[in-house]
Amino acid sequence: MPILVFVESAEGSIKKTSLEAVAYAHAMGGPVTAIALGDVDKAALEALGTYGASKVLHAADPKLNKGVVQVFASVLAKAMQDEQADILVIANSSLGTPVAARVAVKVGASLISNVTALPDSSAGFIVKRSIYSGKAFAYVALKNQKKVLALKKNAAAIKEVGSTVQVTPYPVSLSDADFAVTITSSEKATGEVLLPEANIVVSGGRGMKGPEHWAMLEELAKTLHAATGCSKPVSDMGWRPHHEHVGQTGVKVAPQLYIAVGISGAIQHLAGVNSSKYIVVINKDADAPFFKAADYGIVGDAFDVLPKLTEALKNAK
Amino acid sequence: MKILVCISHVPDTTSRINFTDNNTKFDTTGVQFIIGPYDDYALARAIELKEGSGATVHVINVGLVDTEPTLRKALAIGADEAIRVNAEPTDSFFVASQIAAQSKAGNYDLILMGRESIDYNSGVVHGIVGELLGLPSVSPVMKLDIEGNKAKLAREIEGGKEYLEVNLPFVAGCQEPIAEWKIPNMRGIMSARTKPLKVVEPVAADGGIKLSKFELPPPKGAVKMIPADNVGELVNLLKNEAKVL
Repeated sequence: MPILVFVESAEGSIKKTSLEAVAYAHAMGGPVTAIALGDVDKAALEALGTYGASKVLHAADPKLNKGVVQVFASVLAKAMQDEQADILVIANSSLGTPVAARVAVKVGASLISNVTALPDSSAGFIVKRSIYSGKAFAYVALKNQKKVLALKKNAAAIKEVGSTVQVTPYPVSLSDADFAVTITSSEKATGEVLLPEANIVVSGGRGMKGPEHWAMLEELAKTLHAATGCSKPVSDMGWRPHHEHVGQTGVKVAPQLYIAVGISGAIQHLAGVNSSKYIVVINKDADAPFFKAADYGIVGDAFDVLPKLTEALKNAK
Repeated sequence: MKILVCISHVPDTTSRINFTDNNTKFDTTGVQFIIGPYDDYALARAIELKEGSGATVHVINVGLVDTEPTLRKALAIGADEAIRVNAEPTDSFFVASQIAAQSKAGNYDLILMGRESIDYNSGVVHGIVGELLGLPSVSPVMKLDIEGNKAKLAREIEGGKEYLEVNLPFVAGCQEPIAEWKIPNMRGIMSARTKPLKVVEPVAADGGIKLSKFELPPPKGAVKMIPADNVGELVNLLKNEAKVL
C-alpha cells in the first residue's frame, strides 16, 4: 500500500517541511506517492524522488494555484482512493493542517496533528505528538484503517535516498461547490527565509528599544541565513508584523538554533520556542527568566553584542 | 444574525504541566482553567458584531460540569446563552461532532472558535466542523468583517496574509488581532448568573483515536554563560559543540 504525501510549494520550490513529510513516509517503509497541486516547478517535483518518493503526481489545473482548503481536501481524498493509499502524510501549515482535517472526515480516517516522531507499529499504530504548546507529549493509538497524519517540523530528517522520478500528470474534476471561498489577494514576504521553515531564527524583544534598530538583527539573520522573529509586545506595538510574532498565540518555531535578543522570556514566549534544539539568549538583565531555558547565554547590551557576534560569525565562515 | 462561539476550557498559559495515574491523566492540582486564548479572540469579535449590527451570540463547550464557570465567564463577557455538551472532550473529531450537531439544531449564520485549543494544539476542529456541516472553513482568521450576507476575511499564512471572501454561513478559526480581549464588567458578571446555560447529552461519535500515555520532555541542562567580550567563544560552541552552524 502506498503512503500518499501532500507536498506544498513556496516560490516554485518544495517547502522543506514537505520534504520532511516525504522523508517521514519513506522511513515508515513507503512506497511513497507524492502529490502536488497547482503551479510547481517541474524539476523540483522530479527531485522528490531523491528524497524517497517513488511516484510523483501533479495536478496542474490553474484553479489549484490558490490554496482553497475545501478544493485541496476533495482532490486529496480522491487521490487516496485512486492510489489505494490508506495513509496520508501532510506537513503542518496554515494550509496543510485544515486540509488534513477535512480529508480525514471525507475518508473516515483517524486524524492526528503535531506528530513529532515515526509511528510505533509493534502493537497497533502509535504516534507521538506534541501537546500543551510543546510542554509535553502524548502517545496516541490510531485505530482506523485509514489515517491522516499532520507533522510538526523536524518529525523526520531529510535524506537523499534515491534518484529523480518522472512526474505523472494527475487529472482532476473540480466541483464548484468547493470554491465557496474566494481568495481575493495575498501579501507575502518574498526572498526571505520563512519563519516556520527556518533552521535558525533570530528574534528581538523590547530590549531592541525600537523598530529602527532591527537592521542590526537582520544583519545577524542574513549572516546566518536565518529568519527573523519577535516577541508579542514587539508585534503588539507594531514594530514588526504579526506573522513574525513567536509565542503561545503567535508562530511556534522548531529551529536548530534560536537566538533571542532583548527578550525576557515570559512563559508565553517560551511556549513558542521550546521545540528549538539550541537556544542562545542575549540580555542585559542577568536575572531574565529566559536564561533558565537557554543552552548558551550572554549577559550584555544588545547594541554592543550583536555587531560583534555578526562580525565573529562572518569571520568564522 | 446568530453566532455560535466554541469555547475550550484549558489550563492558564502559565500552568506547569504534570500528569498523574501513571502518566495517563492531566494533573489539575493548582491549575487555573481559562477560556482558550484564541477562543477568547473569537468571542470578543462576536460581541463586537453583536454591539455593531446586532446579533445573538451563543457559546458552546464540550465538557463535564467543572467547565461551567468558564461558560459563565463567556456569558459575563456578553454571550446571550450557553450550551454545555455533557461529555469528556476525548478527541477533536468527538468535540467537532458535538459542535456540528448543536450547530445544525441552532441554525447559526456564523460558527467561530479559536485557531486551536492550547491544550492539544490540534488546529483541526474548525475544519472537521466545516466538513461535517458541508460549510466552508477558514483559519487562522485575523480580520473578519460582515457586509450583509458576505464576509471579508484576512487569514495569516506563512510569511504574510491572504484576503478572502465567503458567504454566510461558514466556520472560522480565529486569532489575534481579530479583536481585543474583553474583560467582564460587574454588570456582565451579575447578569451572567441568570442567563440560560443549557446542558445537553452528546451524540455518538468515534474519531478512531485513543490516548495511550503522556510524557514530559527531558529536563533542560544548565545554561553555559559566555562573557559579553568573548562572542568568539559562542561562535566556537555553536560550531563545535552544538554543531548548528
